[in-house]
Amino acid sequence: MTIQERIQAVVEKVARKPAPADPDESLFESGVLDSFALPDMVSAIEQEFAIQVPDADLNPRKFDSVTRIAGYIEAHSS
Amino acid sequence: MPFLRAFGSFVPTRVVGNEELAARLGCEAEWIRDVSGIAERRYADAAETVAEMGVRAAGDCLGRAGVDAKSIGCVIVSSGSFERRFPGPAAEVAARLGIGGAPAFDLPIASAGSLFGIALAAEVAERCGPVLVVASEKMSSVMEGAPLDKNTAILFGDGAGACLVDPREGLAQIERWRLHSDGSFAANLRLEFNQALYMDGRTVILQAARKIPAVIREVLGESAPASVGTFLMHQANQNLILKIARTLEVAPERFFSNIARYGNTSSASLLIAAAEWNAQHGFTRGESVVLAVFGAGFHWGAMLAVGL
Repeated sequence: MTIQERIQAVVEKVARKPAPADPDESLFESGVLDSFALPDMVSAIEQEFAIQVPDADLNPRKFDSVTRIAGYIEAHSS
Repeated sequence: MPFLRAFGSFVPTRVVGNEELAARLGCEAEWIRDVSGIAERRYADAAETVAEMGVRAAGDCLGRAGVDAKSIGCVIVSSGSFERRFPGPAAEVAARLGIGGAPAFDLPIASAGSLFGIALAAEVAERCGPVLVVASEKMSSVMEGAPLDKNTAILFGDGAGACLVDPREGLAQIERWRLHSDGSFAANLRLEFNQALYMDGRTVILQAARKIPAVIREVLGESAPASVGTFLMHQANQNLILKIARTLEVAPERFFSNIARYGNTSSASLLIAAAEWNAQHGFTRGESVVLAVFGAGFHWGAMLAVGL
């Protein structure tokens, strides 16, 4: 699986809804995630990709779409 | 360490239900309940100012403690919604209680100020004597001072709470506390002069959902969250309280909640909840109770107290 496919699987598991077909589409504006699902998704991303998102990076804009999440993971994976 | 000796509260009599608010905001009453857990809140009238509500809550607290106001050595008043820039409400509240001459501190720390006040009180109680901590908020004035935004207007209500911190005796002993602040998020939840309250809800929830469980674990040290009898929280949003309970793997019933009836009363909410919980249940000997807050700034913290 590609990173994007793994992210989509995480999003769908947390949101219990299909992830947007367009990886650039906002997960919030599309109604896939709400404010209270976002912390769960970040935790699930940390677990799936074995990364630790520091509090300073807990900015919803960094996790607004599959593409942005993939960019964050690629920038922070060891 | 000092003691939590008594709590008190005051809420206005005017009840504003979701139906009334939904009609003004153009949304569904059920939606308000779903996204916040709030069914109704109280709105103060013109005479019920921040200082007036603070005095009423403080009087309730002193009455329950059986303590004469003249024995109070220090007053701390938290409010993020005070009606004027300065002086803050602390000196006025103290004067109206008959506590003339004692130092009175203002803490303009929205949502989290009551716990910061109790921690400050615990630091100075040995030197000053009993410290009266008051938190009073008139959030309806904040909401009505600008065009109503449904994402914030549904949340807030008015009220005041108080706590007496005593160096010698009380219902529970303060064991320890941990407080934190991070100004890099100051813009995400703020109230500018003559503007509407701004809240980046996603950031606030994302940060609070991480920081509150972390600071609770920090204050508990090696003790497990499951060992805590009761959690008394800032009543921000019922969905957030439930999320924190899940994160800590604690039954949600251990998190006392009255947000359904009062909404989010900012810094007053912790003390209103504590007063109500204490009146209904109260501390039992040896029971660990955790108080926790998160608010604009961001400021957040937790305190561990053990019943006597």
